[in-house]
Formats: sequence, structure tokens, C-alpha cells
Amino acid sequence: MKPWLALFRPGDWLVILAGALCAGLSIPLFWRGGVGERAIIRQEGRVFAEVDLRARREFEVAGPLGLTLIAVEPGRARVVSDPGPRQYCVRQGWLTRPGEIAICAPNRVSLQIAGRTRLYDSISY
Amino acid sequence: MTRSVTETELTVTAEDHRVAWLATAAVGLSLVDAAIPTPLPGIKPGLANIVTLVVLLRYGWGTAVWVSILRVLAGSLLLGHFLAPGFFLSLTGTTASLLTLGLARHLPARWFGPVSLSLFAAFAHIGGQLLLARAWLIPHDGVFLLAPLFAAAALVFGTLNGLIAAKLLAEAATEDPPCPQPSASP
Repeated sequence: MKPWLALFRPGDWLVILAGALCAGLSIPLFWRGGVGERAIIRQEGRVFAEVDLRARREFEVAGPLGLTLIAVEPGRARVVSDPGPRQYCVRQGWLTRPGEIAICAPNRVSLQIAGRTRLYDSISY
Repeated sequence: MTRSVTETELTVTAEDHRVAWLATAAVGLSLVDAAIPTPLPGIKPGLANIVTLVVLLRYGWGTAVWVSILRVLAGSLLLGHFLAPGFFLSLTGTTASLLTLGLARHLPARWFGPVSLSLFAAFAHIGGQLLLARAWLIPHDGVFLLAPLFAAAALVFGTLNGLIAAKLLAEAATEDPPCPQPSASP
């Protein structure tokens, strides 16, 4: 081990430290976008409500078929119940990451998670 | 008397021989690199950079540029990704590293050794590649989700490659002649 340690020069340790700092700081910098911050509920394409994901709230959204029930909890949101026949949006369960969306098409209601910056999902759009 | 075009000879200097030898070593190491399985595409040890560092510190920046560019070209031909996205990624990474090394080699050698240079090169490499990937291949900020992983890999492999380069340089300094010398006879 000793001969290898002798290969380091004093400044090298500084550079290693700076590199480690870079790597460490890049985690909050680049992985922050991975946290959902807001839930956007739309009805007929219009924004029905836009809420902070830190709150704990429930919404009843009226559509052509009846009421869609949406629950927002800290860090996540889901469609609790929907009058639609196939229940796809209900079965999607909790949405947590930005860009995730549950669409209750028959009742024309959608629930989307947004992060700090507006993300465009090239797969969905 | 004017000589005909066919008679002109390509004079091969000792420098050319040296570049060719070193580039061959670098290509060999890139093939080893490509054979090592990695958990994530894009994370590689970058063993060929050891050659770049040794060349930079022994023969100067110009030779290092030649060896690196030849390595990227020949390596991509052998691996079959010449002009494929991977080729442009490695070309961009190498260019960014070389430019950074061109600046970093002016740091006082007493304080900053091969390990520092290797780390600078490694971070420049991933930086250049990420920017190209963002601008061209995946025009979405999602690529930056990989940045922390790439930075961690650059830290680890940059340090290791720098240590190996430092070891090689230290050993070469004790024995003579140190590096592959072009043989006079074919």
C-alpha cells in the first residue's frame, strides 16, 4: 500500500476532494427533478385544481359520468374511485414521479404529477 | 530534375513510430475496456486514458492528441461503431479531456501529479459526453439523471487510472530505455 500512496502529490488529494464534492453535490442538483411537487387535476382539459403535494386533501371532480374521487397525500396522489367502466386510472395506484399521469378518459378527468420544472415526457406526448 | 509523383516517399520519423506504438497500446486497452461488463452503458474504466496520461507527461500534449485521436478512430473501427452515436460520444469525451489536459498540465507538477490530471480528464470526459447526449442523442433533461452516477464513476476510475499512470511513469523513470522504442530494422 505504501508505494501506491507515495504516488499521490499534495494537490492530488485536493483534486480528489473536489471531485468527491462535485459527485456529491450533483446528487441533489440532478435528482431533485425526480421528486413530484404538485398534482394537477384536469377536467375536460381545463385545470380543475393544482395542489402542492405536501398537503393531504381529497377532491371530487364532476364529469359526464359522475364523480371522480382523487386523494392527494404528502409526496403522492391517486384516483380513489371513478365511474368509468374499465377503471384504468384507479388501478394505476399512487403516482409519485413527475410526468406520471392517470387518465380517466370516460369521465374526462386526469391527474398528473409535476416537478419543480415542467417536464415533457417524450413518450406520452 | 522533377521527380514523378509515384516516386515520392513517405518519410516515417521516429516520432511517427512512437505515436503508432502508443496508439496501438491505447487501442488494445480500449478493447479490454469494451470487454469489461458494466452495470450501466456509459460507465467504463477508461483504461486507454492511462496511455494518454503517460504520453502527455513524457512526450507532450501534441503527441497525446495524436495518440488519443488515433485510438478513438482505430478503436471504433475494431469495435464496429465507427460513425455510430458511440463513436461521436467517445470523440467528444476525448476532445473535452484533451482540452482540459492541455490546460491542467500547466499546473505546478510538484503539487499536482498524474492523479490530478486523470481526474480532470475523467470529469471533462463525462461532462462533454453528457452535453453531447443532451444536445443531440436524448434531447431531454432526463439524461442528467445519470450525472451523479457518471461523476462517481469518474471519481473512482479517474483516481485509479491516474495511480496506474503515476506508477508506470515512476517505473519508467528508474529504468532506461523506458518506453517502446521503434526498432531500426523491420
